[in-house]
Amino acid sequence: MTAYHRPGTLAEALALLAAAPAPPLLLAGGTDVYPARAGAAAWGRAPDARAVLDLSAIAGLASIEDRGDHHRIGAGVTWAGLRDAALPAWFDGLRAAAGKVGGAQVQNRGTLLGNLCNASPAADGVPPLLALDATVELAGVRGVRRLSLGAFILGNRRTALAADELAVALLVPKASAEAVAGFEKLGARAYLVISIVMVAAVLEAPGGRIARARLAVGACSEVAQRLPALEAALEGVAPAEAAQVVQPAHLAGLAPIGDVRATADYRQEAAVVLLRRLLARLAAPLRVAA
Amino acid sequence: MLVNGTARDVAAAPETRLSLVLRDALGLVGTKSGCDAGDCGACTVLLDGKQVCACLVPLAQAEGGAVLTVEGLAALSLGAALQRAFLAHGAAQCGFCTPGMLLAAMELLAVEPRPAVAAVEVALGGVLCRCTGYRKIIDAVCAAHSFLDAPAVVLPAAGAAVGARMPRADGQPKVDGAEVYGADAAPADALWLRPVRSPHAHARFTLGDCAPLYARHPGLVRVLTAADVPGRNGFGIYPDIKDQAVFAAGLVRYRGDTVCALVGERAAVEAIAVAELPIVWEVLPALADPGAALAPGAPALHDRWPDNVLTTGRLACGDVDAALAGAAHVAEGAWQTGFVEHAYIEPEAGWARRVGDRIEVHASTQAPYMDLEEVAGVLGIPQSAVRIVPTACGGGFGGKLDVAVQPMIAVAAWVLRRPVRAVWTRGESMASSTKRHPARITARAGCDAAGRLVGFEFEGVYDTGAYASWGPTVAGRVPAHSTGPYRMPHARSRARAVLTNNPPSGAFRGFGVPQAAIAQEALWDKLADAAGLDRLEFRVLNALRRGDATATGQVIAHSVGLVECLEALRPRWRELRAEAARANARGGLLRHGVGVACMWYGIGNTGMSNPSTMRVTLAPEGRLVFHNGAVDIGQGSTSVLLQVVADAVGLPVADFALVLGDTDLTADAGKTSASRQTFVSGRAALEAGLALRDAILLRANAGPEARLALEAGRLLVDGRAIALEAPLEGIGRFDPPTVPMDADGQGSPYATYGFAAQLAALAVDTELGTVRLDRIVAAHDVGRAINPMLVEGQIEGGIAQGIGLALLEEYLPGRTENLHDYLIPTIGDVPVIENILIEDPEPLGPYGAKGIGEPALVPTAPAIFSAIRDATGAEITRVPALPHRVLEALRT
Ligand SMILES: Cc1cc2nc3c(=O)[nH]c(=O)nc-3n(C[C@H](O)[C@H](O)[C@H](O)COP(=O)(O)OP(=O)(O)OC[C@H]3O[C@@H](n4cnc5c(N)ncnc54)[C@H](O)[C@@H]3O)c2cc1C
Ligand code: FES
Ligand code: FES
Repeated sequence: MTAYHRPGTLAEALALLAAAPAPPLLLAGGTDVYPARAGAAAWGRAPDARAVLDLSAIAGLASIEDRGDHHRIGAGVTWAGLRDAALPAWFDGLRAAAGKVGGAQVQNRGTLLGNLCNASPAADGVPPLLALDATVELAGVRGVRRLSLGAFILGNRRTALAADELAVALLVPKASAEAVAGFEKLGARAYLVISIVMVAAVLEAPGGRIARARLAVGACSEVAQRLPALEAALEGVAPAEAAQVVQPAHLAGLAPIGDVRATADYRQEAAVVLLRRLLARLAAPLRVAA
Repeated sequence: MLVNGTARDVAAAPETRLSLVLRDALGLVGTKSGCDAGDCGACTVLLDGKQVCACLVPLAQAEGGAVLTVEGLAALSLGAALQRAFLAHGAAQCGFCTPGMLLAAMELLAVEPRPAVAAVEVALGGVLCRCTGYRKIIDAVCAAHSFLDAPAVVLPAAGAAVGARMPRADGQPKVDGAEVYGADAAPADALWLRPVRSPHAHARFTLGDCAPLYARHPGLVRVLTAADVPGRNGFGIYPDIKDQAVFAAGLVRYRGDTVCALVGERAAVEAIAVAELPIVWEVLPALADPGAALAPGAPALHDRWPDNVLTTGRLACGDVDAALAGAAHVAEGAWQTGFVEHAYIEPEAGWARRVGDRIEVHASTQAPYMDLEEVAGVLGIPQSAVRIVPTACGGGFGGKLDVAVQPMIAVAAWVLRRPVRAVWTRGESMASSTKRHPARITARAGCDAAGRLVGFEFEGVYDTGAYASWGPTVAGRVPAHSTGPYRMPHARSRARAVLTNNPPSGAFRGFGVPQAAIAQEALWDKLADAAGLDRLEFRVLNALRRGDATATGQVIAHSVGLVECLEALRPRWRELRAEAARANARGGLLRHGVGVACMWYGIGNTGMSNPSTMRVTLAPEGRLVFHNGAVDIGQGSTSVLLQVVADAVGLPVADFALVLGDTDLTADAGKTSASRQTFVSGRAALEAGLALRDAILLRANAGPEARLALEAGRLLVDGRAIALEAPLEGIGRFDPPTVPMDADGQGSPYATYGFAAQLAALAVDTELGTVRLDRIVAAHDVGRAINPMLVEGQIEGGIAQGIGLALLEEYLPGRTENLHDYLIPTIGDVPVIENILIEDPEPLGPYGAKGIGEPALVPTAPAIFSAIRDATGAEITRVPALPHRVLEALRT
């Protein structure tokens, strides 16, 4: 039987991690970990013999806190917790994503941090958090470090997490009070579906002109990406005109793949459509506000 | 842990899945396992009031928590009400998803006792059901509150069973978790069997010395190989084609083929990595599709079929070339469909034990008597030495007509003289089991200036995979059905089943007919347009009518309700089209459309004997027993046959005890396939019931109208007590009359046909290629609906599978081998369904009934494609119509 630890404090967890002879399997909600085991079992791959470090009992990680200039989302926060939280409007995209991950059972157990650490190209949490300029807080016995989400996720299933570190929280800087946000997910069926493409946006348009647009696209590259060219092009544009600004060239930096869910060309094109629709949808409340 | 209100201590590794703890350590097997990956939701339980997939929760995380499982529902008033609602609404078919559905619904009902449909969909979105099409589940959850103090179900009175919306006779255990499926029970000392499967589509292999493996894993009892099979190392559907080995003898022909099996203590066999086995592979080039297999010089998969053509089915009547040359309008096209997985939520499972010189196999199956023959064959023992006891079956749809665990566990139990059990993982179930045949079809048809069909030409190449399985049946059934249910004076069809290194294609609801219907119905739309006729009226014009001859030369004298189906749809067709036109006039990126498609389906085997025998007995002490060997895989035969036999005898259904499908205790009812149980076994049940009634009347010297009753074990005839000295029995046997088809497909292949027409209303997103289904209207001629609720359940479930075939499902070996990547419809993907039941009685059937199982699925995909065509003009030729394919079609 493999060792299984379920520490109650972060200090304990970090000490266990530092003392571990080999990197343990970090376990949060298990919604990525256990399916991977089922896949391995089906083809008789060697069972995972790593010790388990279960993070779910660590005190103080399950809350979302307002810290003045930012919100702190703890590693224990589940999709359901996020989905049902009362948060400012710039979280609307992230919360919408939370309501579209898997089904209710997965939302009840799966964590946002687990989603990021698992680093799937189709992780629904990544585009909204990129659009929020979120930072990941990593802790280890050597100390705490903070990485922008872009610097944290390195590639398909690769992150900057060191062997003796845990991801403990996400820090989301506040946007201006009138910021609006949204998320669009395209999947082949209604529930329990991995995204073909998803897009997220946070718009700030005080005075009827877009002052800051933050947009990200997922499932169209190894890691979801922000769209700096499009963001720049949107600056100064009236929200109602924003959708027309989106051009395929703005997405030139993406490199979607073709797979069982869709062709590469389709993904590239659908991303443009989803961005336009999202911007058009977000323009409606902005227009009222202006 | 608090389980269903009781504190339970469990000694198990902290990382053990909660589902496993509940099932194995606590014996709460009502919680099901369908995938162990969060994809199916069958394991859904409440943990501290929240629905969770028990397969994803480590025991450590449930420690100190409160768990509610299906077994705990009855003690809660809301839980009991929900269970009653499920029974009354027919929300459970096979019942395998039911515990998960109930628990997911409980989470919602606790906060929203009278939920709206949308809220139900969100709450149940994470539980898959392959049988019901979800609509009755939604109804049941919405109505649960009204069952809070509802009285217990009232069963129909004597003589009133046929036609009643009676709750399933086998329903209670499906809602309380007591039902025993293949993985739910086995002797405590049973060994665990785990097959080793080929990761290669085509390869030779040698298995070296296993001694080191045994040394490393003391719990490993035996590595079973081809050399251990005592009888014939081969199985297959046809008596003369036993081409699939139980354990491959050095050559595997598809990814998923069985190399050998590990048998031993469960923990030991699960700890063994395949890489530890001394297998040396020589990978061979694989024939990936029929094109490669038919290419000149292609290597033969089996020596027996040098050109890789397993069978060719033909149909020829009249002079097609002349007819098409003289046609006013001709339409043609080419279509391609993919592999479709049955995706029953219950993976294959069972156990076997040797009892002296007999073997007993308990397994989830659709065909106990075929299992019996296979097991006898592979063990090399007489059939009388085999007993098959079907467990409850968590869905089959044709996939559990082929043996899976049965020969392996039988060999293991026989050789080792120990009980042996096996449960396939989802991945291996998907990799190893049979599939719907992918088809490549080209077809051409013509009509005269008035729109009357004059000729039809069809060429179908069906990828039958690595082994024969049901391939010959598919190739036989397709040409006979290829013209669709229309008058067709001149026709030429050919369907070939071609062997490839793909998973074996077998039987899947419709046996190849759904694929053909996609081609056929597309042509009618095109011809209707060319002739300037409404698409529905074109079908009315050409529909078969009573007394017409089919293209196989069969005159169908009775029960041809297709025109009635179309006429019943006509008002809805007009309304829905007007709605779509209004929506389209408003402009926008969504284009709305309505489609129509018809189908016919021959009930029972194609031109072959397929008898069924039913028996009903009445013992002197008044015990009335219905011996029914037909397996109910969720479709409802246990209930329907009971309703038939009850009215035939003239006693209420509540008086009957049931003895179900155990080959030692019941007679052969034939397999549960080809939509035959209601028709064939139903007629046998009718005869059995009438025979018993005759015996009773004779004994009582009473007239045919006499009223029977059983009161406290006493038989009353017209109120007069009749003492029986000896048991009375009624046996009924029925074999539908058919005439085998000749080389040109001429004959009377089926005794009766089901007919149907469906409408699909939908909207296509012209920028994304996504399709939103708004409504399906289904009109089915079922002869007589013995139980309308169950008939609707079959129709709705068939439609859901048709939606999957049309829009979602494509099995790709090595790529979509789980329910994460292989997408079947969820509760949010099946729209509102309107059912219209047409009853044009079939004189051969029980009370006029014929079958419904398969017919429901056939017209759905073509109706959806017809609607896409109507909305956008796009021609769907590559199935499933994934968004990128729809978009492509929109642009060509
Ligand atoms: C049926 C189903 C449907 C799904 N649908 C979606 C979907 O629609 N969209 C989507 O994006 N995802 C989906 N997922 C994936 C999954 O639910 C998410 O990725 C989830 O958020 C993972 O969180 P978890 O807490 O369950 O992580 P776990 O499975 O516990 O862990 C995931 C990975 O992250 C690591 N990890 C977890 N927490 C930490 C930490 N604090 N520090 C360092 N490493 C950590 C683990 O070691 C592991 O490698 C689905 C999963 C299932 C089973
Ligand atoms: S068994 Fe848990 S979700 Fe399928
Ligand atoms: S009843 Fe839902 S899977 Fe069979």
